[in-house]
Amino acid sequence: MKDFVIPWDDADKGTPAKTGAPVTLTVDGIAVTVPEGTSVMRAAAEAGIQVPKLCATDSLEAFGSCRLCVVEIEGRRGTPASCTTPVADGMVVHTQTDKVAKLRRGVMELYISDHPLDCLTCAANGDCELQDMAGMVGLRDVRYGYEGENHVFARAGGEANARYLPKDESNPYFTYDPSKCIVCSRCVRACEEVQGTFALTIEGRGFDSRVSAGMAGDDFLTSECVSCGACVQACPTATLQEKSTVELGTPDRKVVTTCAYCGVGCSFEAQLNGDRLVRMVPWKHGKANRGHSCVKGRFAYGYAEHPDRILNPMIRESIDQPWREVSWEEAVGFAAGRLRSIQETHGRQAIGGITSSRCTNEETYLVQKMIRAVFGNNNTDTCARVCHSPTGYGLKTTFGTSAGTQDFDSVEASDVVVVIGANPTDGHPVFGSRLKKRLRQGAKLIVIDPRRIDLVRTPHVEAAHHLPLRPGTNVAVLTAMAHVIVTEGLVDEEFVASRCDTEAFEDWAAFVAEERNSPEATEALTGVPAAELRAAARLYATGGNGAIYYGLGVTEHSQGSTTVMAIANLAMATGNIGRPGVGVNPLRGQNNVQGSCDMGSFPHELPGYRHVSDDAAREVFEKIWGAKIDAEPGLRIPNMLDAAVSGEFKGIYIQGEDILQSDPDTRHVAAGLAAMDCVIVHDLFLNETANYAHVFLPGSTFLEKDGTFTNAERRINRVRRVMAPKNGYADWEVTLLLANAMGADWDYTHPSEIMEEIAATTPSFAGVTYALLEEKGSVQWPCNAARPEGSPVMHAESFANGKGRFMVTEYVATEERTGPRFPLLLTTGRILSQYNVGAQTRRTANTVWHQEDVLEIHPHDAEVRGVREGDWVKIASRKGETSLRAHLTDRVAPGVVYTTFHHPDTQANVVTTDYSDWATNCPEYKVTAVQVAPSNGPTEWQRDYAEQAGRARRILPAAE
Amino acid sequence: MSPEKLARMANQIATFFRAQPAEDRAALVAKHLNDFWEPRMRRQLLDLVQAGHADLDPLVVEAAGRMRAPA
Ligand code: SF4
Ligand code: SF4
Ligand code: SF4
Ligand code: FES
Repeated sequence: MKDFVIPWDDADKGTPAKTGAPVTLTVDGIAVTVPEGTSVMRAAAEAGIQVPKLCATDSLEAFGSCRLCVVEIEGRRGTPASCTTPVADGMVVHTQTDKVAKLRRGVMELYISDHPLDCLTCAANGDCELQDMAGMVGLRDVRYGYEGENHVFARAGGEANARYLPKDESNPYFTYDPSKCIVCSRCVRACEEVQGTFALTIEGRGFDSRVSAGMAGDDFLTSECVSCGACVQACPTATLQEKSTVELGTPDRKVVTTCAYCGVGCSFEAQLNGDRLVRMVPWKHGKANRGHSCVKGRFAYGYAEHPDRILNPMIRESIDQPWREVSWEEAVGFAAGRLRSIQETHGRQAIGGITSSRCTNEETYLVQKMIRAVFGNNNTDTCARVCHSPTGYGLKTTFGTSAGTQDFDSVEASDVVVVIGANPTDGHPVFGSRLKKRLRQGAKLIVIDPRRIDLVRTPHVEAAHHLPLRPGTNVAVLTAMAHVIVTEGLVDEEFVASRCDTEAFEDWAAFVAEERNSPEATEALTGVPAAELRAAARLYATGGNGAIYYGLGVTEHSQGSTTVMAIANLAMATGNIGRPGVGVNPLRGQNNVQGSCDMGSFPHELPGYRHVSDDAAREVFEKIWGAKIDAEPGLRIPNMLDAAVSGEFKGIYIQGEDILQSDPDTRHVAAGLAAMDCVIVHDLFLNETANYAHVFLPGSTFLEKDGTFTNAERRINRVRRVMAPKNGYADWEVTLLLANAMGADWDYTHPSEIMEEIAATTPSFAGVTYALLEEKGSVQWPCNAARPEGSPVMHAESFANGKGRFMVTEYVATEERTGPRFPLLLTTGRILSQYNVGAQTRRTANTVWHQEDVLEIHPHDAEVRGVREGDWVKIASRKGETSLRAHLTDRVAPGVVYTTFHHPDTQANVVTTDYSDWATNCPEYKVTAVQVAPSNGPTEWQRDYAEQAGRARRILPAAE
Repeated sequence: MSPEKLARMANQIATFFRAQPAEDRAALVAKHLNDFWEPRMRRQLLDLVQAGHADLDPLVVEAAGRMRAPA
């Protein structure tokens, strides 16, 4: 198979592309036309001429410090730096005169005289711009010798060299070797411009200047560095270098693929030696990430090789037995036999399955197809149930379709950005960086979140308004914003009249205008100062292009769907829909949440969001699948567990999800799983759910298969096989084995054939083919005859359902109330270095940043309970209790506590309740009434759990 | 599923639709139940209504009679 190389220009053009009126100049006799504002260096590159450079790279604004790129321009004196000189019409540039050649050699000579000459054994050998430039300028001799003042040698003249600094190896993934640094400041600028963390500075001046992470005394690990890798990427030398490259050598081939962690869906080059993955490098043509990455996608891929990974299928009669390794045939036959016999005894509806938001579209499509066509029922659901199902319901009701309205580039045109219940710098880091970049350019920010997330104040970014609402009062706050917009006459009347159902608008406007919905009337309930809320509403309505980004802090509530509608109402009322810079944007948790929803994972809808009761839609699939489809909706995950406990649901196939750890009310989930006769877990690791499984089918990683992921901007990105599956089969092949063992006769030989079936049955995917994806790199659905190249912005001319529909959003308090026994509100979230239940990230060096879940508690609440920093505390709700360490911080308001759910030892979901969203049953993770008290270690439940898990994970030695 | 939980879920739906401006709110509740509730759940709800379960919202009771009959 040939490596996939997109015919795009990967050359570094030195400075970023510009947009502007065309300007024509000649470079070394070649005429070239470029946009106004372009640098002479970039214009030369466009003409095919590379000007030597060191401090410039096209991901960063030019800086002009190395002077290697000097050129001569007719009619101008001196030798200007081509990276900082903008083009002008009629300019005549010479890049290769004797004068500049001499200057360049002089510059190089100085650099090299203070640089180690261990090129042959250097990790960047063959991949070093300093080497390249020395060659390019024809440096042959260094007259100064290497004995003078330098940063290279630990000792000089028999004494310790004060200028020498040892290597900093504190970061688990890359090293900083100051002796190789040429102080070009590309790293410092990357950290500022691309990542927005400002962790690096140039300390000192002149010959003394050095790159430094954090404050004096910091190393990379203790500094604010978030290990995004942007500086490593920008460094032209081996100074900042991946440890994996140091260990494995420079790669010789690359395959473009998509990160399998979060919903940003960053494109990466997997760079390899043979089938050995050397490093993941963000791909500069990736339209979601534009060459940037975060620590997870860039570095945390080692789980694929982790010894915990299970590579052989296993079965057992009952869950108190140890696992037995068997052949694929036996495992699949055992599973198929059990599922069929359950159906014979308990009925067709007694089994079901869960598709994975981590797997590809093709894999998800196959799982729901197997359930609908082979199991013969609609008991299919996906983990999006527990995160973004309210987005589906809320946006479909208001806009007519269940998807974010923009692409990520859109943020570059936003003037006011509202972030609600999301923490982009941790949860969606690359989008967080792109957002921060726009905020540094002057866009205004409104944060609506109980917690003071990093974005509220971070270097060179400060939110105009932070509304620290009490958990559970989203609807009241958003309706109060609508009250301000309507009663202060800030509605975009023209948009509403032409684009929306005006009768529904009148009803809605009358509702929100009621005095009881005013910020003043709801202040006592929400805890948000009325004046601040008014100011925020005015800013959103009048500040130019207004965009809303939201996350699970919106959806995971008993009024999750209502909150999504309230957001859609605000966008419609202010006309912030249908063009770049505006819109409603759900930030999706897992990489393929959007895709798994699109692919018909929900029990009530077929691929493309068509209800199962729709005869025409069913007929399309029945024809191709050759099977009847049930016209009634199936069970949702929480319903399946309820039905299991009451004995009506007995078998489940779970692909790539860990519902025991990720779903609320752990005891209830455990009881449901324990009541089943056949639990099939298809995963990389023996996850927590597998403790209750009878069949374990080993899964494959994203590096081992072909397919597509659809990110939060509806962008369909290719996932490309980089190496053979260690477990023998890609996940779609495993589903195929199971379906065929149950009597299907599927004969797919490649995921592209599955995509053909998706395109043939699903109107919004009608134009999608692997060939198109090769050509364009990616497309955003809808992609069909009307929009052959896909749709960056939705609802541009009209809404998917014709007219936008305003919905009345009455605030209803959750039934989960605080009281004397449980006076605090617990809310949950995630942090940058870990991902979801942590199955992958906990098996990488990312653990240096987050070894355990901690409970954030306000110092005041801690003090009255006698809790000090780092103490073990017990957190108890009406459902259960668990223990973890406390961290005192005023990021959370008094009365609110916060934790993450990345570690199974903590099992934060032991305390969460089974309250859920009224429309979709999305669990109410974000609000649990709790009490916190000092404790002396793990609770009895945690000890029992650990013991049970240990027993359930025993594997018999393989019989020979 | 426990009757309390089923009743609570049905009541939550009724609460949302009660606030909507519509002539026939029970029809909206019935449609929501048809669209999203698996037939066994609808059957169980009907049984609760017939048994006169005390905690059901009157709108749920009205809607239940108008749901598509679960198989
Ligand atoms: S890894 Fe990222 S955050 Fe850390 S110093 Fe480099 S650019 Fe800055
Ligand atoms: S560490 Fe690399 S990018 Fe940073 S100043 Fe030194 S050579 Fe340049
Ligand atoms: S932002 Fe998300 S998609 Fe991008 S590298 Fe990080 S985890 Fe992967
Ligand atoms: S590349 Fe232009 S001054 Fe360094």
